[in-house]
Amino acid sequence: MTQAFRIENGGLINRDKKLSFKFNGKTYFGYEGDTLASALLANGVHLVGRSFKYHRPRGFFGAGVDEPYAVVQLYRNGETEPNIKATEQELFEGLEAKSVNCWPSVNFDIGAINNFLRIFLPAGFYYKTFMWPKSFWYRIYEPFIRKAAGLGVASTKHDKERYEHKYEHCDLLIAGSGPSGLAGAYAAAKNGAKVILAEDKPRFGGSLLTSDVNIGNQSGKDWAEGIIAELKTMPNVVVKNRSQIFGYYDHNMLVMSEKVSDHLPSTKKYHPNKRLWYIRAKEVLISSGSIERPIVFGNNDTPGVMLSSAAKEYLKVYGVLVGRKPLVFTNNDSGYETAIEFKKHGVDPVVLDSRKNPDSEIIDEANNLGINIKNSYVVVAAQGYKKVKSADIASISEDKKQLGKIENIQCDCICVSGFWTPTIHLASQSGNKTKFKEEIDAFVPGQSKQNEITLGAANGEFSLEETLKTSFTAGSELSKKITENDNKIAIPNVVEKKSSQHDKFWCVPLPKGKSYKRFLDFQNDVAVSDVEIALREGYRSIEHVKRYTTLGMATDQGKTSNLNGLQLVSEIENKVVPAVGHTTFRPPYTPVSIGAIVGREVGKHSKPTRKSPMHSWHEKNNAVFVDAGVWLRPRYYRRGNENLFEGSKREAKNVRTNVGVCDVTTLGKIDIKGPDAAELLNRVYTNAWLKLPVGKARYGVMLREDGIVMDDGTTTRISENHYHMTTTTAQAANVLSHLEYYLQLVWPELNVNVVSTTEQWAGAAIAGPKSRDLLQKLFPNSDVSNEGLPFMGYMEGDLFGVKARIYRISFSGELAYEVNVESDYGNFMWEKIIEVGEEFNIQPYGTEALSTLRIEMGHVAGSELDGRTIPFDNALEGLVSKKKDFIGKRSLQRSAFIAEDRQRIVGVVPLDKQTSIPEGSHLVKDDKAPLPNPKLGHISASCWSVEYDNPFSLAILKDGKNMIGQKLFAMSPLKNKVIPVEIVSSHYVDPKGERVRS
Amino acid sequence: MLYINCPHCGMRSQNEFSYGGDASVKRPELNKEVSDQEWDNFVYNRKSLRGKHLELWQHISGCRQWIKVERDTATHEIFRTFKADEEFA
Repeated sequence: MTQAFRIENGGLINRDKKLSFKFNGKTYFGYEGDTLASALLANGVHLVGRSFKYHRPRGFFGAGVDEPYAVVQLYRNGETEPNIKATEQELFEGLEAKSVNCWPSVNFDIGAINNFLRIFLPAGFYYKTFMWPKSFWYRIYEPFIRKAAGLGVASTKHDKERYEHKYEHCDLLIAGSGPSGLAGAYAAAKNGAKVILAEDKPRFGGSLLTSDVNIGNQSGKDWAEGIIAELKTMPNVVVKNRSQIFGYYDHNMLVMSEKVSDHLPSTKKYHPNKRLWYIRAKEVLISSGSIERPIVFGNNDTPGVMLSSAAKEYLKVYGVLVGRKPLVFTNNDSGYETAIEFKKHGVDPVVLDSRKNPDSEIIDEANNLGINIKNSYVVVAAQGYKKVKSADIASISEDKKQLGKIENIQCDCICVSGFWTPTIHLASQSGNKTKFKEEIDAFVPGQSKQNEITLGAANGEFSLEETLKTSFTAGSELSKKITENDNKIAIPNVVEKKSSQHDKFWCVPLPKGKSYKRFLDFQNDVAVSDVEIALREGYRSIEHVKRYTTLGMATDQGKTSNLNGLQLVSEIENKVVPAVGHTTFRPPYTPVSIGAIVGREVGKHSKPTRKSPMHSWHEKNNAVFVDAGVWLRPRYYRRGNENLFEGSKREAKNVRTNVGVCDVTTLGKIDIKGPDAAELLNRVYTNAWLKLPVGKARYGVMLREDGIVMDDGTTTRISENHYHMTTTTAQAANVLSHLEYYLQLVWPELNVNVVSTTEQWAGAAIAGPKSRDLLQKLFPNSDVSNEGLPFMGYMEGDLFGVKARIYRISFSGELAYEVNVESDYGNFMWEKIIEVGEEFNIQPYGTEALSTLRIEMGHVAGSELDGRTIPFDNALEGLVSKKKDFIGKRSLQRSAFIAEDRQRIVGVVPLDKQTSIPEGSHLVKDDKAPLPNPKLGHISASCWSVEYDNPFSLAILKDGKNMIGQKLFAMSPLKNKVIPVEIVSSHYVDPKGERVRS
Repeated sequence: MLYINCPHCGMRSQNEFSYGGDASVKRPELNKEVSDQEWDNFVYNRKSLRGKHLELWQHISGCRQWIKVERDTATHEIFRTFKADEEFA
């Protein structure tokens, strides 16, 4: 294939490097520095996709971020990405892309039948038609719409690319590297301010790349290159291309997406694909420029109709002619600039100007070049289906209501200019109250809410001289405030052609008897007639019109459509545009990859993984791990082909008969010191703490102020004013915050300090009838007899030279101890326990066995302390002091909490002693009762009792106290099970608690 | 993301803090008779103000101090911040 539309010379592409690429399966060539769009246009390819609703053929409309149509599916390095704008995608060797929104192909699309059915598909069609019957939505309508609509297909494979997040602070953040961005950056940088300059395109310079101006006796482009080169050498400046600032959030936090690798055939090793920058800026200069506005006319979506600025950019930056017989349709001088560029490259354009007698330097130049100019002329409709072939044109009356005789002229593209719309998205996102600027028929930023200023074309200032002056000044002033430097910069001379006033004309009337579609929003297929319908049906608020018609929605966010939509609504409503107002601009300004938003927090990086010091021992000994909060804990240690059930049963059984050891490092630990430590505990826990002797531990329950159990654990008095508190693994962080809250805010008079020591101690629970024998061997110099170390006793010991804390506490209900050593010795301790324990048949046990042991003992844990239960519900009311006050006590008097039939923990055994009851099952009286079957309670935890060798569960049951012996049904619709059960005591094993004291 | 001036550490991003609700709520004193209404007001009833709001934040990934923040709930503007023991006018 030849690049038939590439001019001989010119453009900023690298003609020495030819690249091959594929589009819809066909191979083409382009050059380094091309976008996919410019390379396709160089090859004469205009048809790139089908429209969203009507599946009409669509081409290129813009040359960058403003492109509403040319969205493609990209294939790169074995991955695929949807929703890529061909105008933004840089070409690389081997690039592959496909059209979206068409089936079976872009040239023959069955969905285009919608185009002929369009009278049946007006605004709100989906709302009106696909509503009833309700059940049809999921089964029929939604799948149909999904198949018919959409902007590509997301990959279902794991994304191999890597995305990074970066946090940055700066004095001045500048969005856009056009003339105002460059001037502002340069002035601020010279004052020593820390500057970040962001440009979404690969090339810096913005409009200077395409405009015919001189700055300081250089071309605008050369001046821009010089400034950028100098900025890049300055240590206080970060200059970033391919970087789009897409969101302006609270307190001057802006987020920028940097495309690091998208322009390369594959991502370099150790490089991210994209990098998301969170930038906290002291000041923000928005120099985002403006986007050319279309003029609305018949069939204005035909491929070949495009913005005149885009045609100029394709020519000047990429050396590509978008047509050889161009028609320029304009209401201002910008169209002439494009026409002059065509003429300079030997192509004869025709210019239609809606104005009667326009007069300016630019128009004079066009006249002098001999360009055919027709004043008071408009394009009525484009002709051609997959490509513009000709245009129906006509003269127009001064009031713009009457069309003259329609003529047809041959052309292969129509370059439209309806003047310029400032890009105010970022300013609006920051909370800026925008205002309507009559002279330019557009909104500009008004009162700033945050530290932000908008300059240049984004502020409706289209004179280069004025833009440079205000931007240099702003850069100096803003940076002076921060750095207190005041380095004056000479503002360079500017040579630019003066423009004349544009025509406030935006929509060509329909000729009599014609019903051309005149599109407002090209991406969402919203035509003038759709907005008219919405208003006829009573939608008044612009926000409602937007939602009903989809005008200004989706990835385009109204970049080209917004103002023309408002013009139409204000015309029909007989209001002025500012009275109609505009819809809210929401971030992101352009689509952002989900991958970039997620960053590195994928898979196991989505949260921190905490491992105990004994983790590698567990790994070596076939532990199967389970997530416990952010911790990884052994669930069981697999032997041979054991499954979870068999393994955990073996481990639990061994604890009941011999001795087991469990890694309990993950328990939250809080060190509490100070003369008022006892008083704090006395207020935090429900039971009494003032008389706990040194060397003793006590079990405690703490409540929230609303009376609900917050956490439980044991606290030990290490010395006079020193306590060691343990919390559950899950609540460790919350309990610390809770204590800090009361100490800092409620009772600051208490002289107590708290600090987390969870990581400082490694813990091993040694449990089972042989645990004392083992302990004695571990601590031969300590008296660990029942008298020397009684139940709930505490002592320090010497574990083969390592200082250890020994607590006689038990979660398993067996005779048990917990040994703590400093974390660095955790593995040493563990290996010693295993080694010495061998003669007692010790086995390590995991969380599954731990659960089994506690469940059959009726000890509560997280599944009972679930944020909905009070002490009574957990049979812990014995621990609630009647004498003293404590956090949450007053709430326990609530009538529901003292009701006679209050829920309470019970044990549940299946009548067949065989069927395990799924956790979460509901307990009901009658399994045949009609739905909704009244629920009496729920199964909170289930296990296989190793003591009795049958299933056993705990449940929270209404009036549980009086339900012992009752027969109920456990129903689990999820598992489709109905199990007849008997209610028993929650203390299924050793109800008197003799073992722990033995 | 808010930018909060911790009175102990200086300007820090919101993701270092956790929110703690209305700072004007006073816990009834211990061992004092409290009516149901008073207790309900303390535990449950909160005004959902639009505008200036004095609230608690804990600098959880920093100094761990609870601080008071005067913030506009509609605009997110933060006017002043205080240490836990500082009184405010």
